[in-house]
Amino acid sequence: MQLVRGEKIDVAADTAKVDPMHQFAIEPLFGSDWTIAGYNIAFTNSALWMLIAGIALWIFMIGGMKREVVPGRWQMAVETMTGFIDDLLEANMGKEGRKYVPYVFTLFMFILFANLLGLIPLPLAMAGVHAFTFTSHFTVTGVLAIMTFAIVLVVGFWKHGLHFFSLFVPHGTPTLMIPLIFVIELISFLFRPFSLGLRLFVAMMSGHVLLEVLSSFVIDAANAGPGYGVLIGGPSFILMIAICALELLVAGIQAYVFALLTSLYINDAEHLH
Amino acid sequence: MPQIAQMSETFASQLFWLLLVFGILFFVIGKGMVPKVMDTVGLRDKQIADDLAAAQAARDAADAEEEAWRTRENANRASAQALVGEAKGKAQASTEARLAEVQAGLDARMAEAEARIAASRDAAASEIEAVAADAAKEIVSRFAGVNVDQTAALSAVKKAMAHG
Repeated sequence: MQLVRGEKIDVAADTAKVDPMHQFAIEPLFGSDWTIAGYNIAFTNSALWMLIAGIALWIFMIGGMKREVVPGRWQMAVETMTGFIDDLLEANMGKEGRKYVPYVFTLFMFILFANLLGLIPLPLAMAGVHAFTFTSHFTVTGVLAIMTFAIVLVVGFWKHGLHFFSLFVPHGTPTLMIPLIFVIELISFLFRPFSLGLRLFVAMMSGHVLLEVLSSFVIDAANAGPGYGVLIGGPSFILMIAICALELLVAGIQAYVFALLTSLYINDAEHLH
Repeated sequence: MPQIAQMSETFASQLFWLLLVFGILFFVIGKGMVPKVMDTVGLRDKQIADDLAAAQAARDAADAEEEAWRTRENANRASAQALVGEAKGKAQASTEARLAEVQAGLDARMAEAEARIAASRDAAASEIEAVAADAAKEIVSRFAGVNVDQTAALSAVKKAMAHG
């Protein structure tokens, strides 16, 4: 189960000069032979960017540790983010929401930083550092979604015991319909982690593929000749810039949606219906 | 698609590093830093609320003070007014008393004067009668040679003067 650098990618690279999927390839940086219980835990570029996102988030949070009564800009920014999550949980869950602020805040900021850092463009790439968006891997988003789902289950059964199953029978369901509704609600409930994880993964991956495809248009058009370069490459480049702006928005929205759905699901577990 | 192609070989690594990084972030940032930041915000909100409450209390106190001052001022004004009224009344009463006294004095003097006048008139009238009676007795004795006594002359004069 060892990773060989670029093993899979070379096959694809033969057919196209720019492979839009290459950016999602995971490459081990070191520790290729590290294993836990037979499983390889090499430190990959994905792990590196998780670490970078974590450190960036930690540096961001240090600005909020000044604890001044009259905050500066940085402290204000940190307090705005914590206040944002606090308000979100307060609005969806009420007073009980406050105890989930640490989890939802960490989740939201981690995803947000991962999404934004994954969009770091040209200057770093020129230096040979390619930003890696680990939120475009469903192994990562899936684990985050399962974590949220696990919290929902634990909180639900802890607080309500078997009564938690009444979540699947909405109020006012006719007795005859209860078995059917129960099954439908149960299935929709079990699909939550999938929709939660896949939504973020798909949104991040599609945006990055689109950017890569447009950039390949620019490069191919420029290589084909100056006329093609201006006619096709120019508009593609402008569109790329516009889509970069859109991706910044998507990065924020997807992190928000993840946090919002997490809070809604935990609310279900806290209050049932 | 590397996400699927590399899944089996990278899943353990992804899971391990994600749980490690997220776990550290959760405890360091979520449990360590976020509550402090929120405490700061809460503290600030509380301080602002306290300051506002203190300002409101000071304002209420000032209002109450002003109200008290106003009632006190009104009471003072009313008592001053009463004092002025009382003084005025007293002055009026004393003036009236004095006027009445003076009037009484004047009346007395007038009555005395009138009495004096009446007395002197009566005296004058009786003097005139006496003179007239003497004159009448003289006249009668001269012209008729009859000696009339004093009382008869006097009664005759009185009769004549009464007739007018």
